[in-house]
Amino acid sequence: MGVEQTLGHIPALRRYARLLTGDATRADDLVQDTLERACGKWSLWQPGSALRAWLLSLMHNLHVNQRRDWRLDDGHAALDDVPEPAHEPLAQLGEHLDMRRALAALPPPMREVLLLVTVEEYTYAEAAKILDVPVGTVMSRLSRARERLRELMDDPGRAQRVAALQLVKR
Amino acid sequence: MTEPRLDAVSDDELHAFVDAQLHADRLPAVLAWLLAHPADATRVAAWQGQRFLLRQLAQAQTQAQDLAETPAALTDVVLRTALHGRRYDVWWQAAAAVLVLALGVGAGHWWGQSEATVAHWDGAGSGPNLARAPRDESPAFVRDAVLAHAVFVPEKRHPVEVAAADQAHLVQWLSRRLGTPLKAPVLTDRGYSLLGGRLLPGEGVPRAQFMYENAQGARVTLYVAVFAPGQAPVPTSFRSVHDGANESFYWVEDHFGYALSGELAAAELQVLAREVYAQLTQ
Repeated sequence: MGVEQTLGHIPALRRYARLLTGDATRADDLVQDTLERACGKWSLWQPGSALRAWLLSLMHNLHVNQRRDWRLDDGHAALDDVPEPAHEPLAQLGEHLDMRRALAALPPPMREVLLLVTVEEYTYAEAAKILDVPVGTVMSRLSRARERLRELMDDPGRAQRVAALQLVKR
Repeated sequence: MTEPRLDAVSDDELHAFVDAQLHADRLPAVLAWLLAHPADATRVAAWQGQRFLLRQLAQAQTQAQDLAETPAALTDVVLRTALHGRRYDVWWQAAAAVLVLALGVGAGHWWGQSEATVAHWDGAGSGPNLARAPRDESPAFVRDAVLAHAVFVPEKRHPVEVAAADQAHLVQWLSRRLGTPLKAPVLTDRGYSLLGGRLLPGEGVPRAQFMYENAQGARVTLYVAVFAPGQAPVPTSFRSVHDGANESFYWVEDHFGYALSGELAAAELQVLAREVYAQLTQ
């Protein structure tokens, strides 16, 4: 089995990318770039090691580069383009929308750690390896992400203002 | 790391508690700490709420229709490389063989142990025409069939594009896309029921894959290629190719190429192949 092993991971990559970017089109572009890179660097993957984690670390590196390219744009598309919520029960809609906005308002490094740990359920050490940072950095980003989310979720209107502020600051 | 006193609980440990990464030994200490520190208990409760909401959000996204179906553009990135890679291997092996011959070393010694070995099939019940072909000499459609088998058989969520529940629709749809009437053989007497099928890219033309499954969950696929006049490979009777655990039988008749693949013993798969052949030529 060669690079076709990545096919089974596409749904999970798309889900992660969508939460990470907050935008369906950008998420699929990121997944496509990730798969292209995986195909190109396939010889670097060590069979037997966790393929998903390797793919996520490729995606992370691409995401970092795109963030540099699109610095002024970051967080902007996410707020304008909240994904189609029609499939969700009405009761959850409000909370989910608040969480999407709050997530989009988080600085990307915090968002990445939070998603890897909570949604993908990686251990702190695994997340550190994927992001290529020390475990201490994972812990401090996680801590800041959670405190920031708490503020944003307590006052959902704030998410919009914070994102706007970030645009100006940069 | 120094062992913290039982009553001293760090923020890292509170996070680990929320993420179910806390060492079980520390659980009583963390619980005691939370009882004694309401402000921390409030923080932890908020973090747990966030975690729950984030996971719910991810769950909702997974169920969303557009995430359930992977766009062909994404699978194509991988399939292109996978197919291209195989063809490149073939080219490289051919080049290496020439090199070995040119060097005049005992090529047969190690080259003969690779897959490029032709051997007449001497398994039980073999027909006179049954030959084991070297994988690299099998027609391109067979290599595509083997790859498509390897790609889609392990799929849990979407092994097939159209399920067998709507069999008439499935066969009609694939026939229309391949431009000629197809048949889905019935293998229930052999213990295999039709799961469904999918349309796949071939050499510039669409191809069809039918997938069958037995009660133990073992899957076999029948890959069907339709060739334009003059494009079909030389007609062959049954041939088999072997790639890792995968065994494939293929044959070419008229303008059709068929490949039946499975992780079965060759003799077992051969029985299925003969059944498929019999039904298709009825």
